[in-house]
Amino acid sequence: MDLFTQLVMAAVSSGTPLLIATLGGILIERSGIIQLGAEGLMLMGAVTACLTYLHTGSLALALLAVFGVSALLGLIHGVMTVSLRANQIVSGLAMTLFGTGFSAYLGKPVSGMPIPGSVPKLELTFLQDVPVLGPIFGRLDLLTWFSFFLVIAMHLFIHRTSAGLHLRAIGDNPATADVMGIRVQWTRYACIVIGSMLIGLAGADLLLVFSPTWIEGMTAGRGWIAVALIIFARWNPVRALLCAYFFGVLDTLGFRIQLVGSEVPSYFLKMIPYVVTILVLMFLGWRNRNQPSGAPESLGVPYLREQRF
Amino acid sequence: MKRNAKGWTWSLSLIVVLTVILTACGSKPEPSASPSASASGTAPASGSSDPASASASAEKKMPRVAFVYIGPPGDGGWTFEHDKGRKYMEEKLGIKADTVENVPESADAERVITELARNHDVVFTTSFGYMDQTLNVAKKFPNVKFLHTAGYKTDDNMGTYFGKNFEASYLTGIAAGKMTKKNVLGYVGAFPIPEVIYNLNAFTLGAQSVNPNVKVKVVWSNTWFDPTVERQAAVSLLDQGADVLLAYQDSPATIQAAAERGAMAGGNDSDMSRFAPDAYLTNPVWNWGPYYAKTVQAVADGTWKSEQYLGSMADGMVDLAPLGKNVPEDVKALVEEKKKEAKEGMLKVFAGPIKDQSGEVKVEAGKELPIEQILEMNWLVHGVEGTIPK
Repeated sequence: MDLFTQLVMAAVSSGTPLLIATLGGILIERSGIIQLGAEGLMLMGAVTACLTYLHTGSLALALLAVFGVSALLGLIHGVMTVSLRANQIVSGLAMTLFGTGFSAYLGKPVSGMPIPGSVPKLELTFLQDVPVLGPIFGRLDLLTWFSFFLVIAMHLFIHRTSAGLHLRAIGDNPATADVMGIRVQWTRYACIVIGSMLIGLAGADLLLVFSPTWIEGMTAGRGWIAVALIIFARWNPVRALLCAYFFGVLDTLGFRIQLVGSEVPSYFLKMIPYVVTILVLMFLGWRNRNQPSGAPESLGVPYLREQRF
Repeated sequence: MKRNAKGWTWSLSLIVVLTVILTACGSKPEPSASPSASASGTAPASGSSDPASASASAEKKMPRVAFVYIGPPGDGGWTFEHDKGRKYMEEKLGIKADTVENVPESADAERVITELARNHDVVFTTSFGYMDQTLNVAKKFPNVKFLHTAGYKTDDNMGTYFGKNFEASYLTGIAAGKMTKKNVLGYVGAFPIPEVIYNLNAFTLGAQSVNPNVKVKVVWSNTWFDPTVERQAAVSLLDQGADVLLAYQDSPATIQAAAERGAMAGGNDSDMSRFAPDAYLTNPVWNWGPYYAKTVQAVADGTWKSEQYLGSMADGMVDLAPLGKNVPEDVKALVEEKKKEAKEGMLKVFAGPIKDQSGEVKVEAGKELPIEQILEMNWLVHGVEGTIPK
């Protein structure tokens, strides 16, 4: 296997949880609600998947439980931000803090126990002998295929359907959308709940596919990287794919640099993904200083019909 | 406007409630046997009354014992074995010990050890990184006995204990050297400290003893227990062409990663074959129980003295896990033969000639490295590819 194939494989395997979480975040933020609870939602998703899978041994039930728990958490975020018009940043942070602490509490009895089994892999035997494509796509698990599908589906939905146009209108100018007869509050609720389910699924993917053992705080900041990825991707699902895989590579780069025998301290190498997050944000801010950021214009602004600002 | 203000107070109070809940749940080291004043006040009391009725010799007050764990007992490795040792000790002496798990090697550890020292007589701190914290607390509680794993600092009331697990690493190396087809082995090291370095070196020497062309690539994960990181380290070694891995780590993540790629692997501390029976090689295992029972008994008898106890394969504190089911019979026989030698105390792992990475002779032919120098080893033997970060 050449280096390129290895890097792509590493990118896909550690980038998939980031990708699913970013897509969930994009869906929420497109409706004009800031989503900072990703870290907590991912942890809750992972711990729910672990507990359900260990107790029932059923993958379907585990995923169902993950969807249920994260939809509920999404609903709380929705009530806070849409109906009560609380500060979206504070509500998101509360979600992260709550998820981090509560998942640690729930996960105590199963902490460190490896889960038996994993998500089924799709064996594409006809592809497996093809160079480059074979090793990359030949034995991917179903959740990874689902993430590919999700990118395309979300891209088409946001940019090619009238419902997507409505979503964008709500994110940019909810008052106008309301006048047009679009149900602003309802759509925002739907986006928050579905987006939260996706972010929870990202945590489950991390546990079921990537690292089959629950440990406290196992996301290790991936939720926050997903929040940053939403901004790098400029709220665009296809760009989200590229950005997530870029960070997937960075995630494993530390050990690869160690292996070529560099003198850089390994502690420094561990910092790479986080340092690059800051650098890329600075670079993008500088490059796009004269154009709109791509953010929905009403992002973070609560909406109430007939309210004067 | 009024409604708006009401919404604000509502959501703010909700947030406050959420925050309170999470701070209640999120305090990091969750004591599993809860050594808070109330719980441990009763637990040791019942512990000291039980043996009095259970065994006749327990007229003396049995010491109240506590363990500090770096990971969860469910990790399947390091902490799992310490917890097994604790249970053995409890059964043997008819007492009940308290445990605190997931204690980070930071200022938190000192706080936890201090709390335990207030109402226990013997405290076992079971990770290298607790060394200075244990010593600090030991100075404050001269009547409490502290036993620290794998460290090198002692006091009148603080001893250390560990074992020559490099003997078992050497045997693992023999199996790995026989099993590799590409002559490239991978080693996931937790931290570049002497304990890991001499095990890595012993593993390499063992492999070279049966396969002179073998190379060992090493990466440092900088963590004892983090399956996600360990897995990434293992995958990058596999990508570099290694086909047999060994992880000096506390979780079985490396074995799981190797199994997915059709490679073989071993872990550390405990028999990890159940995580991937087909891919399992073998690895050094610990057997702490007899030592714990003996030490607590010595404290009860008043015969305990601070020492640096070093177990070995000969006394049973160190052992080798049964070889995996896909290891052929001839390799098994070869390892068994050497294992017998080790059990008799005849195995000389660091016997010359041994060269370091630069080719400089570190141990001359016919000589053996003294144990003091093994325990502070900071150089890698010839054949290891990797560096010790400064």
